[in-house]
Amino acid sequence: MPYTLTVNGKKHTVDVTPDTPLLWALRDVLDLKGTKFGCGIGQCRACTVHVGGKAVPSCQTLVSSVKDPITTIEGLSADGSHPVQQAWIEVDVPQCGYCQAGQMMAAAALLAQKPKPTTQDIDTAMNNNLCRCGTYLRIRTAIQRAAAIASQSRGSAQSAAALR
Amino acid sequence: MKTTTLDKKMIARRSFLKVTATGAGGVLIGLVVEPLSAQQGRGADKGGRGGGGGGFGGPQAAPKVENYIKVNADGSVTIMAKNPEVGQGVRTMLPMLIAEELDVDWKDVKIEQTDFDPTKYNGQLAGGSTATPQNWTPMRQVGAMARAMFVTAAAQQWNVPESELTTGSGKVYHKASNRTLSYGQLAAKVATMTPPEPASVKFKDPKDYKIIGKVTRNNDIMAIVTGKPLFGIDQSVPGMQYAVYQKCPVFGGKPTSVTNLEDIKKMPGVKQVLIVNDRPDIPADAVLPGDPGLENGVAILADTWWNAQSARKKMQVNWDLGPRGVADHSSTVYAQKAAQLNQQQPMTTTRKDGDVDAALSSAAKVVEGAYSYPHISHAPLEPQGCTADYKNGKCEIWSTSQIPQGGRQLAATALGIQPTDVTLHMVRGGGGFGRRLTNDYMVEAAYISYKAGVPVKLLWSREDDMAHDYYRPGGYQFLKAGVDASGKIVAWRNHFVTYGAMTTGPVPPGPGGPPPGPAGNGPRLQTVSAGGMGPTEFPQPFVPNYALYSSAQPLAIRTGSLRAPSSNAFAFVIQSFLDELAHAAGKDPVQFRLDLLSQPSKTPGMGFNPERMIAATKLAAEKSNWGKANLPKGTALGFGFHFSHAGYFAEVAEVTVTNKKVKVNKVWVGADIGSQIINASMAENMAQGAIIDGMSELMGQEITVKNGAVEQTNFNNHPMVRMAQAPATIEVHFVKSENPPTGLGEPSLPPILPAIANAIFAATGDRVRSLPFSKSGYSWA
Repeated sequence: MPYTLTVNGKKHTVDVTPDTPLLWALRDVLDLKGTKFGCGIGQCRACTVHVGGKAVPSCQTLVSSVKDPITTIEGLSADGSHPVQQAWIEVDVPQCGYCQAGQMMAAAALLAQKPKPTTQDIDTAMNNNLCRCGTYLRIRTAIQRAAAIASQSRGSAQSAAALR
Repeated sequence: MKTTTLDKKMIARRSFLKVTATGAGGVLIGLVVEPLSAQQGRGADKGGRGGGGGGFGGPQAAPKVENYIKVNADGSVTIMAKNPEVGQGVRTMLPMLIAEELDVDWKDVKIEQTDFDPTKYNGQLAGGSTATPQNWTPMRQVGAMARAMFVTAAAQQWNVPESELTTGSGKVYHKASNRTLSYGQLAAKVATMTPPEPASVKFKDPKDYKIIGKVTRNNDIMAIVTGKPLFGIDQSVPGMQYAVYQKCPVFGGKPTSVTNLEDIKKMPGVKQVLIVNDRPDIPADAVLPGDPGLENGVAILADTWWNAQSARKKMQVNWDLGPRGVADHSSTVYAQKAAQLNQQQPMTTTRKDGDVDAALSSAAKVVEGAYSYPHISHAPLEPQGCTADYKNGKCEIWSTSQIPQGGRQLAATALGIQPTDVTLHMVRGGGGFGRRLTNDYMVEAAYISYKAGVPVKLLWSREDDMAHDYYRPGGYQFLKAGVDASGKIVAWRNHFVTYGAMTTGPVPPGPGGPPPGPAGNGPRLQTVSAGGMGPTEFPQPFVPNYALYSSAQPLAIRTGSLRAPSSNAFAFVIQSFLDELAHAAGKDPVQFRLDLLSQPSKTPGMGFNPERMIAATKLAAEKSNWGKANLPKGTALGFGFHFSHAGYFAEVAEVTVTNKKVKVNKVWVGADIGSQIINASMAENMAQGAIIDGMSELMGQEITVKNGAVEQTNFNNHPMVRMAQAPATIEVHFVKSENPPTGLGEPSLPPILPAIANAIFAATGDRVRSLPFSKSGYSWA
């Protein structure tokens, strides 16, 4: 069945079965390989994308149910300039890097909602995302750093939407 | 730089130099480096047990290094990275070594991943924490030899003595005349020269290092943070089909039929269904092979992975479960049998020093402890998968294998072609941890492509991965030890009950295979892969009366090396039991261990240097304020150390326990892995990750078997530590000793399990002797 998806600001029509998770439409139909498959049951959240600005596990989100615009890791920025990407680079977060797209999408959604998260906020918001290599300490640091980068570049006038 | 034209005859004459003009106008400088010294080889294997020994493709004849450096026209330098990258940072680390001695700026270095090519590169594997010890000298030699050639070329061009020249930032300087030539300007000349002898080149003084020892970011970081196709799962070949491969839940089983085969073939997107049921049977009593290659199963190929997977979920396969699909092969039965085996005469004596029984009967205090640990799964976050394209007797493969040599051989065998007919691209893997030391997914992809006649991307589901791993083997250790009136350990007895069988056959090949058994043709205990304990396991060298007995029972599931194989379990047992002895002796647990390490070693020369462990221990104790911290009730420190893979790690954990809810507040790591930390960023990152990884093993992970099949399916029932459970701080400190640098990915893990276990005891008085702790009612706070 054809479904219309808006991904990273661009409209696409994907012809998939109604039970196809968004993850596989992104990866195998739209060739956006940044979003990763880890468990298929929403346990690891390597597949996290934004739908309508909210972090969701794309392996648990059916294409047929998606109405709002989607942002994937490729849509955060292509040149690594999003504050979360900048912070991830600066802190040198990844080991294998496989979970990091999901981590960054979860972090970006958190910062959009809470531009100055506490450690508790971070632990709560990021608790769904597994990192098999155990880079959690650097993820915490990077999120605080991203918040600082965003607040510098945002200035006082702009809204938290800059993080989306 | 201009394109270089080369005299082919001249190249042929230079046996030590291989030069290739590249399309981009660069020059490849190929250098042959002499074999590693025997000392380095030993260093790499020290304490590695299954993880560091044979099985990684066997001993290498005449290791050599060539085609590593390309000087580009724009002044940048391309350095080849030869090893598989699975998150350990080796794709960044090995080029750092070359770049340092080549004397170029890191910002001017581009890194290119090589294919698997044993005609050019040695040791293309990720295992046993061997990359650092095995490459520390040869990679620096590659850089230093190339640098020497640039110096020679400049000296000839300027007609000045080499001693007047210096290098830096990819240039040669003659300060006296204020002249400069870039490596790019000299490359054409260098390409005509014979490289110096590897042993003749001088290395930099470490105090002059600009790259080694510095924080160097992951070379792939930009691709990772922008979501570029980078990993095994991201590979594509035009015209490829997506494949799933359904195997029997019980190892060795085979499909007899598919009830709804015709319906499955008609499902959306399904292209082909292939039934594989002609693989050789493996007898019921056999110790399972380390890396058996292709197994029986049913492949579904489709236009997307989801369509293949959806069809598979509907597929009704009838299985012949084979000889292991029986009630005897269940975890409950294994546990009963282990207890029975402990009551019986041990199957074999692995080590006997002195008279343990006499020493125990005269000891001031005797302590007994029955320890156990379960099978666990590697579960790297990227599920197993591989892309393969078989055409006309040749196969091209994109694989995340940690041991590509073994996979290439297995794939070639399954396809009936030569290994050299396989082109093997080494692709970044989303975690390894030892799982990718076996190559089942690679062989499956190659075979499905071969049978289906199309390029294939095979991807396992998480459930496939959990059901068909090479698990860390569980085991049981029945310990009894005695201390004398002064608190010294006088006797140590261990009945190690593992998995395996008595055999007279040869030790089977396979990564992380069992340690060598007794020599000769007589009956010996053959343990499952990574399930053996050697005769000098700590604390054997330091206890006068020591006995290690081993017994084993058959196991239905495959086993293999998991990060720090055997050490990841043994450290928990040994260091927990040492803690018990320290308390029995009325000694401080750290001081008790320092006293033990100060005993003269009975078996020196086994690669373990107690002085180094003493230094690591003292560092961890000092940083954690051991023995001095004034902690609230319910909060305590615990300590553990372990030597493996040539690395000395001592770790302290501070935990708070409230009603069996455990919070690990802080961890201190003290380590000696030699004179130099190569990448300061990755070293800290990986050591911190090892602590988190060890916490997962401690608390929740257990693979259980029922009727020959694994019961766990996904991360919900084989849990990992999550963000909120991670300690606030993990400090990583290194002793800089005068020893060659060695690896840290593996040795950093084992001590954290006993450190936390001992801290829980110190906080609560509850001694837990069985992993995972969740079975004793504990959970993370």
